[in-house]
Amino acid sequence: MFPDLRQIHRRSFIGNTSRGLGAVALASLLGRTGLEAAPGVLSKLPLPQKAKRVIWLTMAGGPSQLELFDHKPKLAEMDGKGMPESFTTGQQLAQLQGQKLICQGPQFKFSKHGKNGTELSELLPHLGSVADDICVIRSMTTDAINHDPAHMFMNTGSQIAGRPSMGSWVTYGLGSEAEDLPGFVVLVSTGKGRSPQPIAARQWSSGFLPSKHQGVQLRSKGDPVLYLNNPPGISRASQQGDVEAINSLNQVRAGEVSDTEVATRIAQYEMAFRMQASVPGLMDVTGESAKTLELYGCQPGDGSFASNCILARRLAERGSRFIQLYHRDWDHHSLLKEELPLRAKEVDRACMALITDLKQRGMFEDTLIVWSGEFGRTPMKQGDKGPVGRDHHNKAMSMWLAGAGVKGGLTHGATDELGYAAMDKVCTVHDLHATMLHQLGIKHDAFTIKFQGLDAKLTGVEPSKVIREILS
Amino acid sequence: MSARFALVTLCLAVSSASAADPVEFNRDIRPILSDNCFYCHGNDASHRKAKLRLDIREEALKKEAFVPGKADASELVKRLFLTDPDEMMPPPDSHKKLTPEQKELLKRWVAEGAKYQNHWSYEAPSKAAVPSTEKAIDSLIAARLKTKGVAPSAEADRRTLARRLHSDLLGLPPTPEEVDAFVKDTSPDAYAQLVDRLLASPHYGERMATAWLDVVRFADTIGYHSDAPRNVWPYRDYVIRSFNQNKPFDRFTLEQVAGDLLPDSDQEAKIGSGFNRLLLTTEEGGAQAKDYQQRMLNDRVRAVGAAWLGQTTGCAQCHDHKFDPFTQRDFFTLGAFFADINEPDIGRREEGMLLSTPDEAKRLTELAGEVAKAKKALDVATPSLAEAIAAWEQELAEEGKPAPAAKKTKAKAKRKDPDAKLAAQATPILKKPAAKRSAAEKTIIRDYYLSLHPEALKAEREALAQAQKTHDTFRAAIPKSLVTTKAAVVRTVRILPRGNWMDESGEVVKAALPHYLPQPKFEGRVPDRLDLAKWLVARENPLTARVVMNRLWAQFFGTALSKNPGDLGAQGELPPNQALLDWLAVEFVDAKWDMKHMVRLIVTSEAYRRSSVATPAQTAADPYNRELARQSPYRLDAELVRDNALAIAGLLAPKIGGPSVKPYQPDRYWENLNFPVREYMADKDESQYRRGLYVWWQRSFLHPSMLAFDAPSREESCTDRTRSNIPQQALVMLNDPTYVEASRAFAVRTLAEKGDDDHRLTWAWRRALQRDPDAKELGTLRKVLTERRAAYKADPAAAKELLKVGLTPPPAQADPSELAAWTHVTRVVLNLHETLTRD
Repeated sequence: MFPDLRQIHRRSFIGNTSRGLGAVALASLLGRTGLEAAPGVLSKLPLPQKAKRVIWLTMAGGPSQLELFDHKPKLAEMDGKGMPESFTTGQQLAQLQGQKLICQGPQFKFSKHGKNGTELSELLPHLGSVADDICVIRSMTTDAINHDPAHMFMNTGSQIAGRPSMGSWVTYGLGSEAEDLPGFVVLVSTGKGRSPQPIAARQWSSGFLPSKHQGVQLRSKGDPVLYLNNPPGISRASQQGDVEAINSLNQVRAGEVSDTEVATRIAQYEMAFRMQASVPGLMDVTGESAKTLELYGCQPGDGSFASNCILARRLAERGSRFIQLYHRDWDHHSLLKEELPLRAKEVDRACMALITDLKQRGMFEDTLIVWSGEFGRTPMKQGDKGPVGRDHHNKAMSMWLAGAGVKGGLTHGATDELGYAAMDKVCTVHDLHATMLHQLGIKHDAFTIKFQGLDAKLTGVEPSKVIREILS
Repeated sequence: MSARFALVTLCLAVSSASAADPVEFNRDIRPILSDNCFYCHGNDASHRKAKLRLDIREEALKKEAFVPGKADASELVKRLFLTDPDEMMPPPDSHKKLTPEQKELLKRWVAEGAKYQNHWSYEAPSKAAVPSTEKAIDSLIAARLKTKGVAPSAEADRRTLARRLHSDLLGLPPTPEEVDAFVKDTSPDAYAQLVDRLLASPHYGERMATAWLDVVRFADTIGYHSDAPRNVWPYRDYVIRSFNQNKPFDRFTLEQVAGDLLPDSDQEAKIGSGFNRLLLTTEEGGAQAKDYQQRMLNDRVRAVGAAWLGQTTGCAQCHDHKFDPFTQRDFFTLGAFFADINEPDIGRREEGMLLSTPDEAKRLTELAGEVAKAKKALDVATPSLAEAIAAWEQELAEEGKPAPAAKKTKAKAKRKDPDAKLAAQATPILKKPAAKRSAAEKTIIRDYYLSLHPEALKAEREALAQAQKTHDTFRAAIPKSLVTTKAAVVRTVRILPRGNWMDESGEVVKAALPHYLPQPKFEGRVPDRLDLAKWLVARENPLTARVVMNRLWAQFFGTALSKNPGDLGAQGELPPNQALLDWLAVEFVDAKWDMKHMVRLIVTSEAYRRSSVATPAQTAADPYNRELARQSPYRLDAELVRDNALAIAGLLAPKIGGPSVKPYQPDRYWENLNFPVREYMADKDESQYRRGLYVWWQRSFLHPSMLAFDAPSREESCTDRTRSNIPQQALVMLNDPTYVEASRAFAVRTLAEKGDDDHRLTWAWRRALQRDPDAKELGTLRKVLTERRAAYKADPAAAKELLKVGLTPPPAQADPSELAAWTHVTRVVLNLHETLTRD
């Protein structure tokens, strides 16, 4: 298996380096470590693995469920009337603190789609065409009501900084099947709107898990991975010459000291060098057919959400374990009617395309897709920031899942008649995490690592449940 | 049996009871009970099952958990060996499973009388008998090595010692000349002299500061949401100064926790009190004041717990600690010490205390005087203005016109335009008779009139504006730092059920120390922050000195004596060599918290000076080197990776202290920040070459080359950095312009050496590693040089491209191809594992 590094005598190595690609030959000698096809800590999975990977579509800012997924005719009737106090007394509010609370009816029409008549807004026609493949949850809730803590909670299951993100947990547990690419990848696109809410790198931090599990951001402009490109004037061949020299000299050192990190460092320099070729290969979508580009509705390299969806599929094909896309600018305190349709348009077709594309390639069955914001929005109107919008809300939000054993065509849970609070089959973020881990073959309450004395879990301290009703 | 399994078995043998030794509760039993049983049968009453607690012997006996001396009659033992899922312990749904060895140990423990011990770190430490202060460390290590039968390594060679000392005490590499001088110095006290020289260097304070800045979570930005900047860098200088002056650690503590309350509080103490302001804050719209008031209290309790007490407190925000005696009440009473800190709950922090020198203070007073004078001149001229205004009003009234819109008013900018606002304010006032207007209203009318009549009092107004501008510009350049001041009204602190800030049903509590630790009585008064600070460094506090010495040890050996420096509680580790940690703790207090004394004792010990090359016997007996028969090699910390490269390249700007610096950073790395959108402006002067600890610490997007080498975001207290080895580190070292420029500067230096290729290759190698390369090493470098030289001769344009990287232009007379080729050689040297490693 893995030879004892201390026993690899320097002489056994030198013969290898003199052969052109000595550095690569070295890899097989030392046993691979690092990002590539690395096994996770869970060598034997306790549950059947329905999902081999996750594509998590984060709609940063908090899209309004009341205009997209949660149809509330009663709220339309109440439009302009005071929000009954029975709903709101003693409840947490964000920007509407201390303001008069007025009902605001849905701003867009809903219609039924698919065999089961999934209700979706007119803003999501393309998603409607694949309604039988997705499961809408209308009864999701979260603990946090401001963007930063809510993102933290959605990503790490905690509102305290320093915890590992879900992508880190998953790659820690399952490792990655990607050769020469990170197992946990983050891509960000920004809506062509106003001033989007910030997001922070802590949302893909590995927290107290080993750093190699941190999310690696792929960027559409500049170096796709930070520091990926050679310095100006340095060719791939001369980079290779330097890496080989470094590794060769390090190998000499490995024979003299008791430092197993030397071998790892050699492997990581090889890995970095390979990534310098594999990442541009991944990012280069010129090989995608015109038909595919048309399906997603994007141009290569435009940095759009749709382009990132193509990259997500390419990453999935190459074995990345957790692929997280952010699309920013859903925070519609105002201009809901004007801006929300633009955001919806930026993602609607691409989501349909991603599902369709994965199905065509036979990967839909083992890819879990999750579409979600960090919180929902109020049924009360917000009018102090210009043309009406809705405030942050944590008592109710909608989201959808697809693929990997999730029941298609299902609408799960319900909110009260005004869409204020989840009432039926209430789900929590921890339930969502538990469900995701379950589909990955992991028992969420037994998947722990010691931190500050506790058996820390992604799903937190309070009991949480797998949402079994949405699973086939 | 695999080799790995053999190692594990041996490793266990090092730390637990052999069949012959009696079982020891703290060493053998508490870790098992804590990890497997206390979750349901421990300190947290709300979660306790069957009302049974096993963390206190009397309580366990009351519930007849065991019969001391009679293992077979003991319920606890019986349950361990059952297989019925309803009866067995731990139950299956806990996902806990004891090994057969652990079960046997518990059985033996009960058979031997089920003796308990108080938790080791809550007992006062004492000094074991040692031959002398100087030999204490080695004698305590030797005693353990003898019983374990492990032979210690010999002393490392002098070059390694010099490198190690420079790295550990300064964080900078020695020059080859310094190493040569030390190697040749045959005087018996050469080593001690070197230690003294390094301890006296101003870079010592920089080296020591880094670990402390991690612990107190020092950063330039607020953390949440907008992650906006705040003024705190003078606190970093304070920490550096404190270590350099060898400020006693007790004073250092008092200043940080309660510098504002000290009877002899001065500017220095106040800057230190900035510690209380280093937490995460928010400027997010829609944030609720009470929510963040609570988050800040929690943040402070966790930080004090980690930095001084080595206690994990975070879980007690919602419930009693599962493993330690720390209760939810302790959490909130500890938090209540900080309820007097004057600060906004949400929103922008204040600019901070003005840190002017006496000269600056004088000048500022003068400039303020100029402003006052200019104002007065304007007021003196006011009578004529009053007449002009009256006339103007008369005119308006006669013409029957409405108040005109102020200048520059655009409908679009209405909300933000101050002139438009003024017009809106003035309109109703103008309808009042002048005699009935308040003073404030008169001012509005005056300002309004002036905004419409730029010619009125032009000279006076310009003079005032100029004076104000001069004053403000001067003031803006004076450093400011967030400090602690006492609020007029102390915030009410309640125990929050389940930690929920919206639930105000809990009891109101006053400040109090954790109930389970020795403490003074505060007769008839509520203790304040100063009392807390004094208690943290009181002799009877069993934790602080241990916690600080435990972390200090990690700086010199790579691993702390109790391996989780943030947790000396039940789930932490009983240090394999507790006698050593306790001796260091007591000595630290006896020596009046003299940090340099402790550092000197550690680095002059034989244990510190040992070679880090392990013998097979050592590796087999003690794979993780917990018994310290040898030294350990490890990678430099993120900041030192940078410092090391810049120093070797001759680029390092050795200035101590000052505002944070901005090294090159990839474009658009901050693109996801907002409120406001920010563009990163890399420094264009010597700040580009400052040490890593001065790098701008943006919590939400820490500089990527620092992040790659495990620098923490400092959102939470970090007592123990991870030390990873990931491909991003290779990308940084190879491609980050900082390291490309360092390679080039290093090459320029190398080419300035007179001699042939081999001479120069050797010179560069020695600069980085302070040793000669062997023939193979030299051959590898020569190959790089030859190949690159040929390639760049054929493609001089590529050479010129490479040389353009970085601020510093290459020497005009340099041959681009030659310099570029050498840049590859030096780049290889800077990337070597040995260059990045302290061994």
